[in-house]
Amino acid sequence: MKIAVCLKRVPDMDVKFKIAPSGKSVDETGLKFDMSDFDGYAVEAAIQITEKLNAGEVTVISLGGDVVQETLRKAMSMGAHRAVQLKYDGTSVDSYAVATALAAELKDGGYDLVMFGRMSIDTAHGATGAIVAELLGLPCVTAISKLEFDGRTAKMRRELEGAYELVECALPAVVTIDEGIARPRYPSLKGIMAAKKKPLDVKPAQLPAERLSLDAMALPPERAAGKIIGEGPDAVPELVRLLKEEAKVL
Amino acid sequence: MSNILAFAETRGGELRRAGLEAVAAARVIADAKGGQVHAVLFGTAGISKHAAALGAHGADVVFVVEHAGFTHNNPEAVSATLADKVKGGYAGVVLAASATGKDVAPRVAAKLGVPMASDVTSLTVSGNGITCTHPGYTGKVIQTVTLTANPAVVSVRPGAFLPKENAKAGAVETLAPSGDPSASRVKVTETAAGNTAKLDLGEAPVIISGGRGLKEAANFKLVEDLAAAFGNAAVGATRAVTDDGWRPHSDQIGQTGRLVSPDLYVACGISGAIQHLAGMRTSKTIVAINKDKDAPIFKIADYGIVGDVLTILPVLTEAVKKAKA
Ligand SMILES: Cc1cc2nc3c(=O)[nH]c(=O)nc-3n(C[C@H](O)[C@H](O)[C@H](O)COP(=O)(O)OP(=O)(O)OC[C@H]3O[C@@H](n4cnc5c(N)ncnc54)[C@H](O)[C@@H]3O)c2cc1C
Repeated sequence: MKIAVCLKRVPDMDVKFKIAPSGKSVDETGLKFDMSDFDGYAVEAAIQITEKLNAGEVTVISLGGDVVQETLRKAMSMGAHRAVQLKYDGTSVDSYAVATALAAELKDGGYDLVMFGRMSIDTAHGATGAIVAELLGLPCVTAISKLEFDGRTAKMRRELEGAYELVECALPAVVTIDEGIARPRYPSLKGIMAAKKKPLDVKPAQLPAERLSLDAMALPPERAAGKIIGEGPDAVPELVRLLKEEAKVL
Repeated sequence: MSNILAFAETRGGELRRAGLEAVAAARVIADAKGGQVHAVLFGTAGISKHAAALGAHGADVVFVVEHAGFTHNNPEAVSATLADKVKGGYAGVVLAASATGKDVAPRVAAKLGVPMASDVTSLTVSGNGITCTHPGYTGKVIQTVTLTANPAVVSVRPGAFLPKENAKAGAVETLAPSGDPSASRVKVTETAAGNTAKLDLGEAPVIISGGRGLKEAANFKLVEDLAAAFGNAAVGATRAVTDDGWRPHSDQIGQTGRLVSPDLYVACGISGAIQHLAGMRTSKTIVAINKDKDAPIFKIADYGIVGDVLTILPVLTEAVKKAKA
């Protein structure tokens, strides 16, 4: 099975962000970067499929400046076989524009399965995978937490709020990956060494004009410091009073 | 054209609050542009019974698409029908940023060849387009984006646009689906309930969430009892708990789970890891119960009780029952 996984390099989220002077991006000084959470699950799931079948190939693809090579190498150190950097030095928040560039690369790749994370955790629109599927004319199933194959049919579980669906579609297909499918492995030293020799192609990316403009980024208002109202069951009456009288939720 | 289309989401033949929220958000745009809101309701025979509720919540016209192919979610047929309808002359289409809405929205955008904004928390209309705010970076950064393309595709965050009743009744018309809904390549073979709670996380004004502090799966009964005492509450969980299989994955709240903004969030035996906070920090009021007075959850909780969740929850449940009685 020939699998492509599209992934995005994003900042590590465990920090307090600062907004850059432009007001339109976060200040990247001192931030660490890695692949977006859901993309990590997709990479792991793809590698596990080829391991289980003992056949096939995983190509990881990322759009961005040369810094994304580091993220692509990480995916290869986990076990992806090859990588493509779609070189683009700007930043884009327009999922449609990014999807157009990715679809152009994926179109003639002969992939049986194209995988995405269900959303990137920075811009968080969660749209790229499904748009790529439309542009390629392929069936698409989003936010799946399980994936199995019955010949050329993919059988999936899709998470809804408080419920789930069992979904089927024929390959080739595009899927977006939710948590729960596979926990990304840590690259082994052997994997890291092997990744250095794996092919990483660099190709120029073509993005159409953006029709979604990013006007501003801001930090959300701080929550006022809360208070500990007491200890143990004895504090319950006071909590109920506050929920009734102050918060008005009871 | 300044009319807006709204996707009236249903599940299992029932209209979801998500559908009414899409109408409420569509109203914001339509009112600013001096246009109408037209809702599209998909389902099997009889789904038209929900048209009245949509009309009563702000839809000027409700288009009903009845077909056996809409027994389960059918994103291919839904998105094709919505996109074709929009092409007939609409300034935009609004969906809820639910699992279903987030699946359909990008397909519609792609069919129309326009960009889209997801998970939108506020909307304004200006000369050059529709400006939306939307939380990114796990909720730590609010991004403001403007959609300058026409039509615009927007999905709105659950809880951000509240359904409002109006006195008018909407007109009801039937609409034929685009293509054959039974021929979609993506087939949902089953829709199953993931948990026993009556209300889901996206809809409930109150969420009672449990973490590893509950010690074992069976103790989630205490969380469910408190939710039942509120009556309008859903049950959530941390990743530690869903990983251990105590609760279904779909109950997980956080960076890699659901993003929720209820009026009240009660965190029971939850440490308050940054990835958990990412999913619930926008809740209006937060209560934390934890035996460790230094647990990070207390930093963002409005009200905290230090102590054993297993002994506090039954007392709180009784007190809430009494307050509600
Ligand atoms: C990439 C990534 C993504 C993640 N995504 C998510 C996510 O989406 N959602 C999420 O929740 N987590 C997520 N996590 C995991 C997160 O980091 C924490 O591990 C998790 O939230 C901890 O869950 P917990 O609070 O239930 O458990 P713990 O951290 O084990 O905390 C249990 C708490 O219960 C208290 N306690 C124990 N006994 C009692 C008692 N008897 N009475 C009262 N209090 C008691 C303890 O003091 C402690 O504070 C993610 C992690 C990573 C690395």
